[in-house]
Amino acid sequence: MQIVVLTKPVPDPAAAAERLTSDGRLDRAASPAVINGNDEYVLEAALKLVEAHGGEVTLLSMAPPNAVETMRKGLAMGAHKGVLVTDPALVGSDQGSTIQVLSAALGELEYDLVLAGFDTSDGVGGVVGAAIATRLKLPYLSSAAKIEPDPDAGTVRVRRISPTGFDILEAPMPALIVGTQLLGEPRYPSLKGIMAARSKEIVTRTLADLGLDAGAVGGAAARTKVTGQEKPPARGATQVIRGTPEEGAKAIVELLAARRLI
Amino acid sequence: MAASKGAIWVIAETNADGSLAKSSTEVATLARTLAEAAKTEAAGIVVAADPKTAAAELADYVPRVVAIAEKAADGNAWSQVAAQRAAAILTDETPAAVLSGAGPDGRDVAGTLAALLERPVLVNATAVAWADGGPSVEMSVFGGKLVTTSAFADGEWGIVTVRPNVVTAEKAKAAGKVEPGKADGELALPVVKIVERIEEAASALPIEEARIIVSGGRGVGGEEGFKLVQEIADELGGAVGATRAAVDSGWIPYAQQIGQTGKIVKPQLYLALGISGAIQHKVGMQTAGTIIGVNRDPDAPIAEFADLVVVGDLFEVGKALLEALRAR
Repeated sequence: MQIVVLTKPVPDPAAAAERLTSDGRLDRAASPAVINGNDEYVLEAALKLVEAHGGEVTLLSMAPPNAVETMRKGLAMGAHKGVLVTDPALVGSDQGSTIQVLSAALGELEYDLVLAGFDTSDGVGGVVGAAIATRLKLPYLSSAAKIEPDPDAGTVRVRRISPTGFDILEAPMPALIVGTQLLGEPRYPSLKGIMAARSKEIVTRTLADLGLDAGAVGGAAARTKVTGQEKPPARGATQVIRGTPEEGAKAIVELLAARRLI
Repeated sequence: MAASKGAIWVIAETNADGSLAKSSTEVATLARTLAEAAKTEAAGIVVAADPKTAAAELADYVPRVVAIAEKAADGNAWSQVAAQRAAAILTDETPAAVLSGAGPDGRDVAGTLAALLERPVLVNATAVAWADGGPSVEMSVFGGKLVTTSAFADGEWGIVTVRPNVVTAEKAKAAGKVEPGKADGELALPVVKIVERIEEAASALPIEEARIIVSGGRGVGGEEGFKLVQEIADELGGAVGATRAAVDSGWIPYAQQIGQTGKIVKPQLYLALGISGAIQHKVGMQTAGTIIGVNRDPDAPIAEFADLVVVGDLFEVGKALLEALRAR
């Protein structure tokens, strides 16, 4: 099986250093990047699938050149190769550009499955997967808790989280699947994996390589704009109670009563 | 420019029983508010095998509802079928803006529509106003560390996904009209079959809709410990939430996970038991009205954003709290 996993380098949520430049773009120099958390779940699922069925996992990212660093971690987890679409003209891309560019990059790759994470921790959108599936006319299966391909039949089943339980979806491959945390805990790269990742190939593609016009995507063609930014309103001071459990309970009850929550 | 524009449209979602989803009542209320500001009309689209119930409910919120009876919406994955039927209407209507929910189905519909109509999209709105002839969309980004405002480029209309619980649903003064919409024409996108539906013993109230949430983390120690969390939640009339660590340990279902890879909630009270308040959890609950933490570690991150932190053993404090609540 050939599986492409869409991965986005995002500012490390744990570093908490994100800020925007005055023109509303992420100041990437200010904040270290990591693989988006939800992408790691689908990468883990992809690795398990090729372990069971054979084949290769390819990482696909659209990001600045230094994204090779974050892609290395995915390769260290066990992905076989990486494709990084990077181009100065892509600075300031909106979701529409991301959708066009990733669709074009997928057009050059062979795959049975394309996997994407539920959303990204930076903007929490979760719309890119559905849009790419639509552009490429791929069957679209989302909110996956389990992915079970049947390579002989050429079909895939997905256990989709529904508001009341699960729906079992089935579609022919190739298909695009958006997965969730329920796919299972991502593995840590082993020392062997980290060593092996150094010699794995990361192919870099520019807009010209993909046959895309630099004026039609990226910042020049953005159809959304950031018009303002501010820090969220600060919460009030924290009251800290140290004492007996009864004193603690009393403080809680008093606060709940004062705020008419009981 | 605004005067010549079309309506502000809502793509509605339905529950399993055919009724209108709560998130859609919120989004429809927002559409009506924006339409008033934009001096245009609000309208809604319901696509379902039997859209009657949801369409009638949606008409309580917006003056015009197009109900599309689409057989393929039953027994198949809903969002792409719905988006294709909605796209046909929106192509004819040239909207001022299109709104959907930001939950799993709403975002799928939005992404599909964005590609079908080649329209820009703004995601996960926490507030939307009308300014300069278009929606001005507030978003909470980077785990709530920054609030940005975005708009569509000049002369563009686009699609906005709206986070649950950021708008209070309110019916219109007069009920709107429901008209049938067309469900003819080929569905060009692949149809994804639902081969089986598995119903789980659902918790009484979806956690996003709870007014009070009592949550447990790693410190709760196991399923046994969550019984105390549940008892306190019952006493307060709230729902039980959890951190990813508690879910990964199998103590509580994923549906109750709050945080970066779980649900984002905004209850009036969030009582966190044995939860350190790490960023991955904080992003899911930091906008709660009142936040109270019970934690052994006085330096845990939750002490930086809670209203009240009780330093101590969660079981001892929890049991004392239960007694105090019951004694009232």
